Amino acid sequence: MYHIEVRNVTLTYDTPGGRVPGVRDVSFSLAPSEFLCIVGRSGCGKTTLLNILAGFLTPSEGEIRIGGKAVAGHGLDRGIVFQDFAQLFPWRTALGNVAFGLEMKGVPKAEREAIAMKQLELVKLEKFARSYPHHLSGGMQQRVAIARALAYSPAVLLMDEPFAALDALTREEMQRLLADVWRETRKTVVYVTHNVAEAVFLADRVIVMTPHPGTVKAELPIRLSRPRDPLSVEFLEYQKELLRHLTEPAAKA
Amino acid sequence: MNASGQRARSARRAVFTLAVAAALYELMARSGLFPAALVPTVPTVASTLTAMLLDGTMLRHAAYTIYRLLSGLGLAIAVGLPLGILMGRFRAVEHFFLPLVSVLMPIPSLAWVPVFILWFGIGNTTTILIVFYAATFPMLLNAWTGVRSVNPLWLRAAGAMGARGQVLFWKVIIPGASPFIITGLRQAVLRAWIAVVGAEIIAASAWGLGWVIYDAKEFLNADVMLASLAVIGGIGFLFERLVLGSVERATILRWGMVQTAKS
Repeated sequence: MYHIEVRNVTLTYDTPGGRVPGVRDVSFSLAPSEFLCIVGRSGCGKTTLLNILAGFLTPSEGEIRIGGKAVAGHGLDRGIVFQDFAQLFPWRTALGNVAFGLEMKGVPKAEREAIAMKQLELVKLEKFARSYPHHLSGGMQQRVAIARALAYSPAVLLMDEPFAALDALTREEMQRLLADVWRETRKTVVYVTHNVAEAVFLADRVIVMTPHPGTVKAELPIRLSRPRDPLSVEFLEYQKELLRHLTEPAAKA
Repeated sequence: MNASGQRARSARRAVFTLAVAAALYELMARSGLFPAALVPTVPTVASTLTAMLLDGTMLRHAAYTIYRLLSGLGLAIAVGLPLGILMGRFRAVEHFFLPLVSVLMPIPSLAWVPVFILWFGIGNTTTILIVFYAATFPMLLNAWTGVRSVNPLWLRAAGAMGARGQVLFWKVIIPGASPFIITGLRQAVLRAWIAVVGAEIIAASAWGLGWVIYDAKEFLNADVMLASLAVIGGIGFLFERLVLGSVERATILRWGMVQTAKS
């Protein structure tokens, strides 16, 4: 039984220059609690695909099924974390941001703040609950964004390069934190990145996408025990293999 | 640095700037280049101002002006803010009102004074409507722009968390547009002052700061004119610092949506 099924999804953009294929005939599935990374260079359609999963874009063909049901539009069954720090509402405290989804669900104030506080503890930011986003570092803002996406208990977490704008040290710290959060919450995760090491560190399985049009080139299960050691030989072998898939079409073109 | 210390420092800075400006004026007034009756010294203006404050006339002039200013401004906010927001949200509203706004906006509010006098006579109604006319457009245009420049990422994030319609509007779009809305309010206040004093010069009878300035011209009372100008500046300063400044500190500054100058 799959949790998420992506079936023959195609999306073409209508631009002033004509119809541009975004993704073509993409299919894959996720088991419950699986961590899937989608890796590819800029323009390979990985973000387009995530936006289709999130319901911000409607595919021209094909369908998405979550828990066996076809989905259209966005819903509280999916939590979303974007790359841009500016995704947080600057006029709300960290706690207010995390509680937003619960507020939309109609959860009473005391209850939603208690839940939001738990989520902030999960990302180790309980001390900054009353801070406004502009007083938090980029890494902290992204942790608030993760807590916000988890707070209303979506079954699926969709992440679009959430750590791409962070410095390397903070990024590694965030990856370890996300691995812990995933182990504790057992969410099904679709994580888009262009960073091969990040994909090998986080994923149960990696999908490699290539551009023009965006298609799935390869799928690679990562059979490494957790926590993973980014300096181990096996880890580097996986990285090499992913890089090989990513660079091949570029060499041809 | 605590808040009261910061306020004291900001007050000291303001006093310093104003003292320098007053000293330069005083030098000019005492230079003997101009007739003393036309360019009265600072002490002369100050004593006229004190006398007018003590006998209550200046307060009454100021009260009339403030009443007209706030009434017109209130109307402008009540109309300009919602209309600008609706124009930013709904294309049909934008399409209908934008041509009207484009035609009316460039007409100086004072050009309407003679027309309004014909329609409404001399007095409060005309003055208030002129203020309303002048202040509506900056409010409307900023609200319109503000709504359209709300970060799409906030709308996406809020939409993904189930925010729709009214809730999305009050909890995301309005705070998201707040830097523009506050700027609109500032510009509306500025335009309202220009309009109220101008309209009083033409269309008020017996009371109002604009009227007293114009009336003083008949008797070459430059000290009365300057005292009234000082009162306008003083009220404007207090309004800007106390009202608009507090609104800004409580919202967009606190949220980091605008910053104070760094150096």
